[in-house]
Amino acid sequence: MTRRLTVAVVYPDLLGTYGDGGNGTILAKRAAWRGIDVDLVHAPSAEPLPRADLYCIGGGEDGPQVRAARCLVDDGTLPAAVADGAAVLAVCAGYQLVGRRFPDAGGQAVEGLGLLDAVTVKGTGRRAVGEVVADPGPGSPRTATGELLPTLTGFENHGGRTTVGAGSAVLARVRSGIGNGDGPGGGPATEGAWSGRVLGTYLHGPVLARNPALADLLLGWATGGDVSLDPLDDGEEQALRAERLAAAPRR
Amino acid sequence: MSGVALGWRSQLAVSAVRLANETSRRLGRGSGTVAGGRAGLAVDPGLLGRLAAGRRVALVSGTNGKTTTTSLLARALTPPGPAAPVACNTTGANMPAGHVAALVAAPQARRAVLEVDEGYLARLVAETSPDVVVLLNLSRDQLDRVAEVRMVAAGWRAALAGVGPATAVVANADDPLVTYAAAPAPAVHWVGAGLVWGADAVGCPACGGRIRTGGGGWACDTCDLARPEVEIELAGDGARMADGGNVALTVALPGRFNRANALMAAVAAAASAPVGGVGPPTLGEALARIATVVEVAGRFSVVDRGGVAARLMLAKNPAGWTAILDLLDEEVAAGRADRPLVLAVNARTADGADPSWLWDVPFERLAGRVVVATGDRCRDLAVRLRYAEVDHVTEPSPPVALHRAGGSGAAVDVIANYTAFSDLRGHR
Repeated sequence: MTRRLTVAVVYPDLLGTYGDGGNGTILAKRAAWRGIDVDLVHAPSAEPLPRADLYCIGGGEDGPQVRAARCLVDDGTLPAAVADGAAVLAVCAGYQLVGRRFPDAGGQAVEGLGLLDAVTVKGTGRRAVGEVVADPGPGSPRTATGELLPTLTGFENHGGRTTVGAGSAVLARVRSGIGNGDGPGGGPATEGAWSGRVLGTYLHGPVLARNPALADLLLGWATGGDVSLDPLDDGEEQALRAERLAAAPRR
Repeated sequence: MSGVALGWRSQLAVSAVRLANETSRRLGRGSGTVAGGRAGLAVDPGLLGRLAAGRRVALVSGTNGKTTTTSLLARALTPPGPAAPVACNTTGANMPAGHVAALVAAPQARRAVLEVDEGYLARLVAETSPDVVVLLNLSRDQLDRVAEVRMVAAGWRAALAGVGPATAVVANADDPLVTYAAAPAPAVHWVGAGLVWGADAVGCPACGGRIRTGGGGWACDTCDLARPEVEIELAGDGARMADGGNVALTVALPGRFNRANALMAAVAAAASAPVGGVGPPTLGEALARIATVVEVAGRFSVVDRGGVAARLMLAKNPAGWTAILDLLDEEVAAGRADRPLVLAVNARTADGADPSWLWDVPFERLAGRVVVATGDRCRDLAVRLRYAEVDHVTEPSPPVALHRAGGSGAAVDVIANYTAFSDLRGHR
């Protein structure tokens, strides 16, 4: 069956510092290549947020991040859409602002949307910058066929440290890089968080380019599982994954 | 040394620069400009200011166009005839060690034109007391190691709030971030030099409001930041003065962005202070000198690589890539045939380790062209091109990629980021 799917890139004027718009492009193409009728909308902060099946929230600098959080709280559409079953991919600053609290530029706590049970504080150590490899495990989301996602690969660039509460689950365990930074002394332990159909990660920018299975997981959530997602020829993505997994520093 | 005597420590530091440069050259480690400058600054941390004292200094900064504009401005400030050297860091070594090396290399030069990394502009302004500061544009670039672009703008603004009326600031009024940075300076020459990449200037740098564009201008919808009245602006293939007069721009370097660089350089030259009783060139004289520059640091040069004629173009960030895609469109519109295209992307230290920016480049515009993806990060590029639905071949080795694109004897266009470009030019 065909179904109409709306993918919204949230506030590219505020959140889109690291090529995050690419995630919207990837989701839209992977849906369209399966014969799904897709609308890809870029939703500016000055306008009411449209209803969508799948929202992509990107990274941004401290000031725009706070502004985006305020706009989204005032607008109210995103929490309502999530309550109705919409899916969310939130990366980096976007991940922080869908949690309960995150720090502004001065380190003061700002209220987030509370779509994930996660709290971010300003890290005390160095900014986390570099390649990340993280392995899904028990508690990680399952694909439509009940499998774990393959190993996640990406690039992180953030100063925050995030603790995931009991109301959400971690996305994966860090093999290389920092991720949530919830290990001893702000060191690596877990990466990302998810609950329901909301997924947050520090793998910033075009995380879906390296993790097509994650893209398909989100598409499955957004279509409510009522569309079968035929396999695509992901040879180029697999070549990129192999190269990046080999390049990540080992611990 | 430009009429200002250096103390013993600075003289020792200058000797250290020369010695380090000489050693570096002998060891075959390039021209050694940066190594020498570092050695000099280690001996005398105040060396840069002492070397600049007594000279007229022009600083050029911005995300894109720095090297080209620096070169054009140096030419514009060089009168015809012998013996008026201008000190200039033409190698692209745009941090203080490179500035020291450039000044040591030209002890007789009464003028210096220095390309400055965006993050070092405040320091250069403080230490060199420039008579001209040229601010081209600001957009996202190498975010894994360079401060976010708004922080750069704020740093510039703080530095320029402290300059006096003897410092002429030549600023691109079409860039809201540059406008915000330059506004507190007492003597600003506003130039309408265009904006290739507006995505980083949607949020107001002053108040966080929304920048709205239209009618050739822009304004914040919340505070009073807006495009200032300009002295001169790009118009068609030339420029238009505030009084409506037209100015022809003859620029050998291709593309609208190079006309912008030329206009900024010419206004800066005309705004420069006199040296030894000789005034700066007029705008017309400056433009006439700029018209004689046919190549800057290998950009747009045509090289032969294994029998393939390749035109080398440098693009380091989304704004730079977009400008080159605009140029290709301009050329097609002017009747130039499509050439096979080699795209070369690395992510080494000088490039930034994170090629996420590939997703900000509108590669969709290349649909229908012959494209070969190459460089250390050709796999990232290949995935980007797949989702842009641009047919392509992926070949990690740049020489092989050139052969695949131009093996049939066709001339090839190459767009490469920093280290990929340097490798292809053949002197790293």
